[in-house]
Amino acid sequence: MAEAAARETVLRTEALSRRFGGLAAVDNVALECRMGEVHAVIGPNGAGKTTLINLLSGDLPPSAGRVFLRDREITGLRSDAISRLGVGRSYQKTNVFLPFTAFENARVAAQSRLPSSMRFFRSARTYRQVNEAAERALVQAGLEGREGIPVSALSHGEQRQVEIAMTLATGPSTLLLDEPLAGMGAEESARIVELLQKLVAGHAILLVEHDMDAVFAVADVLTVMVNGAVLASGPPEAIRSNPEVQEAYLGTEEAH
Amino acid sequence: MAGARVRLAVLGVLALALAALPFLADKFYVQLATKILILAIFAMSLDLLVGYTGLVSLGHAAFFGFAGYLLALVSPQYEAANLWTSLAIALAGSAVLALVIGALVLRTSGIYFIMVTLAFGEMLFHLFHDTSIAGGSDGIYVYVRPVGTIFGWQPFDFEDFTHFYLVVLVAALGVYALLRMVLASPFGRVIVGIRVNEHRMRSLGYHTFRYKLVCFVLAGTLAGLAGYLAAVQFGVVNPDMLGFHVSASALMMLILGGMGTLVGPAIGAAVMMTLELLFQKITDHWLLPMGVFIVLVALLLPRGLVGLVTGARAKDDSRG
Repeated sequence: MAEAAARETVLRTEALSRRFGGLAAVDNVALECRMGEVHAVIGPNGAGKTTLINLLSGDLPPSAGRVFLRDREITGLRSDAISRLGVGRSYQKTNVFLPFTAFENARVAAQSRLPSSMRFFRSARTYRQVNEAAERALVQAGLEGREGIPVSALSHGEQRQVEIAMTLATGPSTLLLDEPLAGMGAEESARIVELLQKLVAGHAILLVEHDMDAVFAVADVLTVMVNGAVLASGPPEAIRSNPEVQEAYLGTEEAH
Repeated sequence: MAGARVRLAVLGVLALALAALPFLADKFYVQLATKILILAIFAMSLDLLVGYTGLVSLGHAAFFGFAGYLLALVSPQYEAANLWTSLAIALAGSAVLALVIGALVLRTSGIYFIMVTLAFGEMLFHLFHDTSIAGGSDGIYVYVRPVGTIFGWQPFDFEDFTHFYLVVLVAALGVYALLRMVLASPFGRVIVGIRVNEHRMRSLGYHTFRYKLVCFVLAGTLAGLAGYLAAVQFGVVNPDMLGFHVSASALMMLILGGMGTLVGPAIGAAVMMTLELLFQKITDHWLLPMGVFIVLVALLLPRGLVGLVTGARAKDDSRG
């Protein structure tokens, strides 16, 4: 904890809320993501985890509350602006370019880091740094040797890996990962967990994940959400032994 | 990149064959080929929007007709206009029009986009049809074709149909080369990404509206080039040139030839013009067999006529 306190807070929310009609999908959430930490958010289906990520990434505007990236308020900024500030996200439901090859998916992602893509004359294939960033991300996500294959022809698990490669290819400093392991085989899952353990050194990571083994393997901070609100937040061991959490969520997990 | 080399070889042979046409065929066919090439430019410009960016516009003729009107309006009545200045005015005019219309219509998407592009096209049609700005519903003549001199030297004479044909051929090949270059560039990769998954493009950090707007302006400007050339060829501009019919038949050319391929829409233009001529010879109700043909192609060849050649590889330039 003493170590954690010294880490720089990168992403922070204040009383963040999002209502859909009468439903408070995210209700008064305050949380912090620090550099060098994995902050895992868990909770039952419908707890508002994905909505929370959508609010942080700018996919959805919040109904109330504020979001800060370092000292800068980013509440209500569009997703492209937030992405350009170094916040990368992956999607729970694979959100890629199916007709493109795996390489082109990562290349388009990496290309977004050019100062502008209003470049009309040179072939996109000749931007060496973009190609290198794309290739690096694909290798990190475990897709070496699969670069030339259209994503539509890849397995579901590999498409999930493309999803992660695209997020990494933008070179973000903050990662918002929405169930990155969903739909992956055991081997790929282990690989991504290992990758997260490596990435955490230079990133602030917010992880939404249902795979509890993975969560406890990587999380430095754990937040439990139920019905849009934060039920408990703290170090994984404290959360594990929290009776309220056990009743609401983890209890069922430990039954098997 | 073997595909690109084959494409280049085929295109080179085709360009040579087209360049030889005036020396082999008589005036009628040369003028028909001129018309086809002009429509091919127009169809390729629409393909940039529809086939590559996924923006189905039913108002693309607005830029085609507007550029034609600009030529007619800047031409002195009984003298030749200067090719370079009138062309620059026509292109700049259609670019500005596309910028204004694009800035508004690109705020919508899907079916709404189709409807508002249609609405803007019709507004422009009625502006020229119902007022006396440029001859009203009768249109306006371009009595003398523009002359392009370079420091007093006149490299071609548009009154000579062979010269004009060759200039149009160069323009069509130039537009094709330009669009190929743009599509391979970072910008081109962005617009194709927008067609496939605009939401993800945004979350990757692309301000997609700007890219769509630039694309819309580029497509509108090239449509303006086609409209300018059409006005030069026919010597007359009327409101129909801006209307729904011209927009829709360009869309038909894309469907016939195969959208998202550039070559397809050009082939679509050629096939449509040729069939129109054939069917007109056979029957007064030529639109009927034409309609049947288009329906058959749409049903049997979802990738259009180029799909016959490229088969499963079609669309491969959108893959990267």
